[in-house]
Amino acid sequence: MKRLSTEIAIIGAGPAGLCAAIEASKLGAKVTLIDENALPGGQLFKQIHKFFGSKEHLAGVRGYEIGTRLLEELEKSDAEVMLSGTAYGLFRDMTIGVVQKTNHYAIQAKKIILAAGGKENYMDFPGSTLPGVMGAGAAQTMINVNRVLPGRHVVMLGSGNVGLIVSYQLMQAGACVEALVEAAPAIGGYGVHAGKIRRAGVPILTSHTIKEVYGDGKVEGVIIAEVDEKFRVIEGTERAIAADTVCLAVGLNPMTELAHMAGCGFTFLPALGGHVPLHDDNMETTVPGIYVAGDITGVEEASSAMEEGKLAGIAAAASLGYLDQEKAKELKDEVQVRLSALRTGAFGEKRQTAKTEQMARMAAFLQEKGGRRP
Amino acid sequence: MEDDLRVMNHPILGDLPEKKMVTIYYQGQPILAREGEPIAAALLAAGIKAFRKTVHRHEPRGVFCAIGRCTDCMMIVNGKPNVRTCVTFVEDGMQLEPQDGYGRRKVDGGDAK
Repeated sequence: MKRLSTEIAIIGAGPAGLCAAIEASKLGAKVTLIDENALPGGQLFKQIHKFFGSKEHLAGVRGYEIGTRLLEELEKSDAEVMLSGTAYGLFRDMTIGVVQKTNHYAIQAKKIILAAGGKENYMDFPGSTLPGVMGAGAAQTMINVNRVLPGRHVVMLGSGNVGLIVSYQLMQAGACVEALVEAAPAIGGYGVHAGKIRRAGVPILTSHTIKEVYGDGKVEGVIIAEVDEKFRVIEGTERAIAADTVCLAVGLNPMTELAHMAGCGFTFLPALGGHVPLHDDNMETTVPGIYVAGDITGVEEASSAMEEGKLAGIAAAASLGYLDQEKAKELKDEVQVRLSALRTGAFGEKRQTAKTEQMARMAAFLQEKGGRRP
Repeated sequence: MEDDLRVMNHPILGDLPEKKMVTIYYQGQPILAREGEPIAAALLAAGIKAFRKTVHRHEPRGVFCAIGRCTDCMMIVNGKPNVRTCVTFVEDGMQLEPQDGYGRRKVDGGDAK
């Protein structure tokens, strides 16, 4: 086992981790960025659609182009990057256990930023484990990164932005989306995305669900059915759709294992994807020196993950004395303004409310501990 | 075998760039793969969907998450079981076997105890 040390260790080189590394490194801190994948960028490189928001949020730029820009900035920075390195554990003395191929490292850091991201939810129904049933994000990785169609005839479950966008991208890759099924009475994502696939002839079936997926050893078809206002299947409304692929776009959940292991305090907020680590407006958790950024703090979008990453990077560098509190506040305020802008509108407001509630629970936690972290 | 599941032309990403092809073996059967791609992508492109069988009920499983989290795509790769094929890249001459249950590591041609 090799022992290494750094000032700020960042786990996860997706949008949040990359921005944290670039920001902290720019401010002068010694940064080590760790990712278990062979390439940095997280899930940015499978996102071939244009991002939303304003110019400051890189709206109108496609996800993979943002990824390329971030990697260029990372390249120019002094941050050390450790790829194919799995951070398997976080210990009380701020040491991270990392396995990289056949090498084993113990990396001691003064500050740690957890930017592990999220993972797709699964949904249970008869036939849900058949080969050919996969996460919508998995299909997106296959078509846009690996350039392979997982199948030709797809049924998509879930009409949030992921379900809508991936449906469109499956068509761009040459697949036929036979139907998009949504249990709620209304479409979950942006109208602009729904319009695109509707114009392409995809039936969007609201108040419908998948009753069963059938096939001999792999997906051959899907039985869909209408549901009532309590999401119960209405008998007699079943019909079969021939398909070789079923994509589940039923949300994501934060990947919080390392934060749990570090002893971070948690809170349950369904609007953010489940149990999330408590953190303050510096993105610092209940454990001193451990910060969080991106989907681990609650599932949102890459745009907000990037801003949270910047925030954590600035805060961690400031706590090491790389900039004075006044300058730090100025930089953090700029990020906060952009973050708030991303959490407005019919879709953002729900997340903003949940984030505000999170902040209140963190404040209550600290007050209970006498205003200091334990 | 399917032969046209590769996304050759794409309205945003353009034509699929030329890449050196390597040969991998699925149950002894040769499959052409693009150098540097994940094993799972090469198998899906060849129309193979069932990657392993579960421990107790021996039900088939295939790619679910494609980012190394769910372990449904594990296979025996060059004799080594429990390899996540969605995050492991092809190498020329690679031998792939679907994994039934826990899988066993092969040592010197025989099964390990």
